[in-house]
Amino acid sequence: MRSILVVLLLALPVRATEVRVFAAASLTEALEEIAQEYERASSDRVVFNFGASSTLARQIEEGAPADLLLSADERVRTTRLVEKKSVLSNTLVIVVRDKPVKHPHDLVGLKLALAEPSTVPAGIYAREYLQKLGLWERVKPNVIPTDNVRAALAAVESGNVDAAIVYRTDARISKEVRVAYAVPRAEGPRIAYLFAVVRDAEEPRAARRFFAYLQSKPALDLFRKHGFDVLR
Amino acid sequence: MSSAEWQILGLTLRTAALATLLIVPPGLAIAWLLARHRWRGKSLVETLVALPLVMPPVATGLLLLKLLGRRGPIGRHLPFDVVFTWRAVVIAMMVMSFPLLVRAARVAFEEVNPRFEQIARTLGARDARVFVTITLPLAARGIVSGMLLAFARAIGEFGATILVAGNIPGRTTTLSLAIYNLVQLGRDGEAFRLLGIAVLIAFTAVWITEAFLRRRV
Repeated sequence: MRSILVVLLLALPVRATEVRVFAAASLTEALEEIAQEYERASSDRVVFNFGASSTLARQIEEGAPADLLLSADERVRTTRLVEKKSVLSNTLVIVVRDKPVKHPHDLVGLKLALAEPSTVPAGIYAREYLQKLGLWERVKPNVIPTDNVRAALAAVESGNVDAAIVYRTDARISKEVRVAYAVPRAEGPRIAYLFAVVRDAEEPRAARRFFAYLQSKPALDLFRKHGFDVLR
Repeated sequence: MSSAEWQILGLTLRTAALATLLIVPPGLAIAWLLARHRWRGKSLVETLVALPLVMPPVATGLLLLKLLGRRGPIGRHLPFDVVFTWRAVVIAMMVMSFPLLVRAARVAFEEVNPRFEQIARTLGARDARVFVTITLPLAARGIVSGMLLAFARAIGEFGATILVAGNIPGRTTTLSLAIYNLVQLGRDGEAFRLLGIAVLIAFTAVWITEAFLRRRV
């Protein structure tokens, strides 16, 4: 019995330092590629929890074990962040499968999927944009709120809603939707992704190493490759 | 309670009541067949019926979403939208509550002494009449308690509902979903009020069920 235990223990690999990163759903593909690059050169391992930034911030506020928060919005509702930096930007697009949408005005009367517009960053940005155009009150009755921006995209892909407002970078990863309208940067809300180190991170040094790497040229180049803009 | 809270409670009670009523006819039919007859494929049907009870509700929700979506094998033949509407709320509740009703009704039917039915038949009553005048009244207590359990389960439904009906305030946001929303928003106080209501409903349903079952024949 004891010898079996010893063998089992020896079979376990030496545990690498894990950096736990809570990240906005829209960053999924870019971060996975960046983490792959990072892990090639480092002995640290990166573990992700992707979701709506608002949900993640809430989890962190409640004490969830996170080392870094990569939020799609600077307005995060948690006080557990120590080091913050606005790193990336993005723009909004309207996506459809087959509805003839040419302009935001055409959204009136259509079933529109948005990330939850009172809490989730992508939804808040979309609401702010429609409010600025004076369309929000007319669009609102047909809004289908979703958990995060990727769920809004999926709702259009499945054909269960007519349109969605998502980030430009989300539209790029889907073969089943087309961009019906791209919101010009100057007309949309200011979108800024906040990267932050969590206070009392369990692996503070590893957290800072990955935090620094995310702002290094190789990482920023990969973010650009996935369609993000880098903030100066 | 605020008007938004009344709206949530009203929607939840209405959809759960409708779901419970809609599953009664097929539920009783299947329960009776399982209790009183042997037939090919019986154990398969038994298992299928119990499945939503043990499957992850989210997985059930995913199946419903795929079947009932606008481009799904069932959804595309329907003249109206199901997914992301109150209809989807009712369907999710029906599927999740169905096993509870069938189980309770089946036990109730099994406990009806077949001799009473035989006697009615020897007196000339046809099968349908025997069922309505003998079997059903004798099994009523178990059936009603099954309906109450099904109703309570419908009210608590979350996993399947959020996938297939979405979480649309004022339209598909039931009590469980509203609690989830409020917690996401950090409005724990209001969430606790809804939690209180949910506990009250569940308590009442279970209490009535127990009272029903305890009463001697």
